[in-house]
Amino acid sequence: MTEAFALIQASAPKTGPIFGYIPIVLFFVIAVLVPVALLGVSRLLQRRVFEREKLMPYECGIDPIGGARERVSVRFYIVAMLFLVFDVEVVFLFPWAVIYDKLALFGLIEMLIFIGILVVGYYYAWRKGALEWA
Amino acid sequence: MTDLLLEWTIKIAVILGALLTAVAYSVLLERRIMGFIQLRRGPNRVGPFGLLQPAADGLKLIFKEDIIPSQASKLLYVIAPTLLLIPSLMIFIVIPFGSEIVLFGRKIALQVTHFDVGLLYVLALGSVSVYGIALAGWASNNKYSLMGGLRASAQMISYELALGLSVVGVLIQSGSLDLVEIVRSQGGWNGMHWNVFVSQPLGFLVFFIAALAEANRTPFDLPEADSELVAGYHTEYSSMKFVMFQMGEYCNLIAAAGVSTTLFWGGWMGPGVETYPALSLAYFTAKVFVFVFVFIWIRFTLPRFRYDQLMRFGWRVLLPLAILNIIITATVKLLVS
Repeated sequence: MTEAFALIQASAPKTGPIFGYIPIVLFFVIAVLVPVALLGVSRLLQRRVFEREKLMPYECGIDPIGGARERVSVRFYIVAMLFLVFDVEVVFLFPWAVIYDKLALFGLIEMLIFIGILVVGYYYAWRKGALEWA
Repeated sequence: MTDLLLEWTIKIAVILGALLTAVAYSVLLERRIMGFIQLRRGPNRVGPFGLLQPAADGLKLIFKEDIIPSQASKLLYVIAPTLLLIPSLMIFIVIPFGSEIVLFGRKIALQVTHFDVGLLYVLALGSVSVYGIALAGWASNNKYSLMGGLRASAQMISYELALGLSVVGVLIQSGSLDLVEIVRSQGGWNGMHWNVFVSQPLGFLVFFIAALAEANRTPFDLPEADSELVAGYHTEYSSMKFVMFQMGEYCNLIAAAGVSTTLFWGGWMGPGVETYPALSLAYFTAKVFVFVFVFIWIRFTLPRFRYDQLMRFGWRVLLPLAILNIIITATVKLLVS
């Protein structure tokens, strides 16, 4: 334990990989207290008078027409699918970029092929009109 | 171990305090600058130069009635603002504010923690805030909110691609996902070897625009386009829940400024940092301030995009530019070495 402690003291990222993550949990616990405190204090201080009209969904003053959970444009769904495809490709590029120094020419050619495939898919989506909103 | 825990706790408390103050004052800063740009005074009544305005606003909002609409999904409605606020606060845990200083006979690194994949952590938390906005829009059960939430999620995931791809250039340049390593790799030229000057001007441009869109700032503030959607996804929110949305947004703004600084503008690097480590904190703060100022300046200079223009710009301009930037960076790096 003391050895591990000495290693973290040096605060090098390569030493105790797991120790660097502990503050995330710590910060999370403290960060949760912020909204809890805000909501709690205002709950104690505020005056609440509820009426039916006040709790209606806001629609610029008139009574709401129909529910809000109607059908929405299919475009949102297409964007989500495109995002999924391209985001996975971005994830593949990250480790490649980090060790690019060691890969050198091999890495460049390999990446060009990879991006080439990506661009084919991108071109297909473009021609099919998936990138068009209206 | 208790020693280390104490250090972390103190750092977290300091950063949280500084962050919440910065958020409060960036709201004031924005209103003041808005006033000056529009040739009027802005808030200047409460305290000297209006400096107590955030406190007055906070007090006012804390007394306001907290309304949960009768048709809303109560649990999600309450969770949504928290889901936006907490991740945006948590981003600051890995951002390096300065180099190491000696305090009370101890070497203290000026960031809360430090691990190998800091950048991944930032990107991951940055995308969690989409959930908060989308959920708020859906849970409110209000047409304007729903449209705002949907628009926000489509916009944020579209620009996240460009954001992720523009960062790859920096990774090639410094060969690490660790934010401290990225800052240190920009230390040459007497602390002026910043990525934006060396090889990433295009990467920075793409990153900057995408970060604006991620933070839902003008010209990309369609999720809350007031002229068509009332207030977008937080139409139904009042009191402290509304405050939490505002805080989360300004936190994201400051985080965008901090991450841009770290990745492209040398982080805390600058002339004289080696001899006076405390200077690094000043450099970092100054750069973040400049970024926040530019974000505000842009808000009052540019008009808002139309939604189809926004999507076209993200998918057809930024995405190819980001890919081009990767290819250029990789080729140049190979030719130089």
